[in-house]
Amino acid sequence: MNKKSYFHEFTKGIIKENPVLCLVLGTCPTLAVTTSASNAIGMGIAATLVLVCSNAVISMLRKVIPDKVRIPAYITIIAGFVTIVQMLVKAFSPSINDALGIYLPLIVVNCIILGRAEMYASKNKVIPSILDGLGMGIGFTAALLCMGIIRELFGCGTIFGISIMPVKILIFILPPGGFFVFGMLIALANKLNSKKGKKAADSPCSGCPMKSSCSKSESNAATDCATNGTSDKLNAGTADNESKSKGAIKC
Amino acid sequence: MLIKSLAAVFLAAILTENYVLSKFLGICPFLGVSKKLNTAVGMSVAVTFVMVISTAVTFPIYTYLLVPHDLGYLQTIVFILIIAGLVQLVEVVLKRYIPSLYKSLGVYLPLITTNCAILGVTMLVLQKVDSTTLYNYTYIHAIVNSLGAGIGFLVAMVMFAGVRQKMENCDIPKSLKGLPITLVAASLTALSFLGFSGFVDKLIPLS
Repeated sequence: MNKKSYFHEFTKGIIKENPVLCLVLGTCPTLAVTTSASNAIGMGIAATLVLVCSNAVISMLRKVIPDKVRIPAYITIIAGFVTIVQMLVKAFSPSINDALGIYLPLIVVNCIILGRAEMYASKNKVIPSILDGLGMGIGFTAALLCMGIIRELFGCGTIFGISIMPVKILIFILPPGGFFVFGMLIALANKLNSKKGKKAADSPCSGCPMKSSCSKSESNAATDCATNGTSDKLNAGTADNESKSKGAIKC
Repeated sequence: MLIKSLAAVFLAAILTENYVLSKFLGICPFLGVSKKLNTAVGMSVAVTFVMVISTAVTFPIYTYLLVPHDLGYLQTIVFILIIAGLVQLVEVVLKRYIPSLYKSLGVYLPLITTNCAILGVTMLVLQKVDSTTLYNYTYIHAIVNSLGAGIGFLVAMVMFAGVRQKMENCDIPKSLKGLPITLVAASLTALSFLGFSGFVDKLIPLS
């Protein structure tokens, strides 16, 4: 791999495949912690750290981890790094720890991290995986920061605590404001993408690592044909289904 | 007093502290599986089921195993592994003993391991034990709280499925189509839940 493609691995996550605005992954922290710009940065950095470390380790172990148990193995690795980050944040920045609260340990179930592990780190060498994690993490942080600035500016009239506007629209800080700003940002991303002739993000599922079993469950429930055969397949782990429909979800 | 406080915890979990619309937990299934009413109900029932069981297991493990041995920092890693194991176990047990229930819920179970609402509920319940001074927050409260959280998820999903079905035939601007308009609708649904703030305290005064 030459320098140019390394650079590509790094930059693709920032704009072209932005995990939040284009792949619509990790919506929970995106909506929950973006009430202020500084919280958004704290969350972004914490998630980036976990993403880089877990990508590196998973990529190193990609030949060791058996295929059948890889999802539990990934979750364990990710949970280990989340615990480390949690302890670091608690020690060095207690105020961020209080502001992020429950959402800091919930990085474990953030689909960006599991998604990158599944789609990238498990198939690529260590250095590209680290660059991919770093790029995705920066893209995540940038999107969070963007939302945090908008919500803080309209909701409190400040940015990073510095007063800018005298008008405050409290609703932007409250949960409905989170949904609204996120919807508008995705609409903007869709508009920009459609100018370039790219397909817009239409569902939160397209980038989700659990997508295949999810769509399966949807069609199963719809036609009510949850026969033993299909359930068995699901039982064997989402792993098999995922690898089968990987071509379809590739994004 | 116990029943009164249980009722307050239950209602608060459904209305004022709705996990989807005010705590942003479980947004992925909320946006992804709410297109049709029957899948929305199936998913929420499965989530409620797993929420209650995992709280019932993680609460004693945290209080009687992790805390006395000074291992509180292992909470995240232990909980996610317990939930993952539990989901598998529930699947096997349901399949063997209650096949009819397995038929309706089984397909949703593998998805639930990485649902942040489950891990979120098991952790938030424990935070409440430390922070609640108003009344003695016990194991029963924790179970009732997670049951309420599940029902709250169900209420939000069913409401939202209705909203989305109404939206199906609307004329929507091109770049708002799909996810953006869904999020705006979610915003309005969340706004309606803001109306419940303070409702439970008025209804069941505890002090």
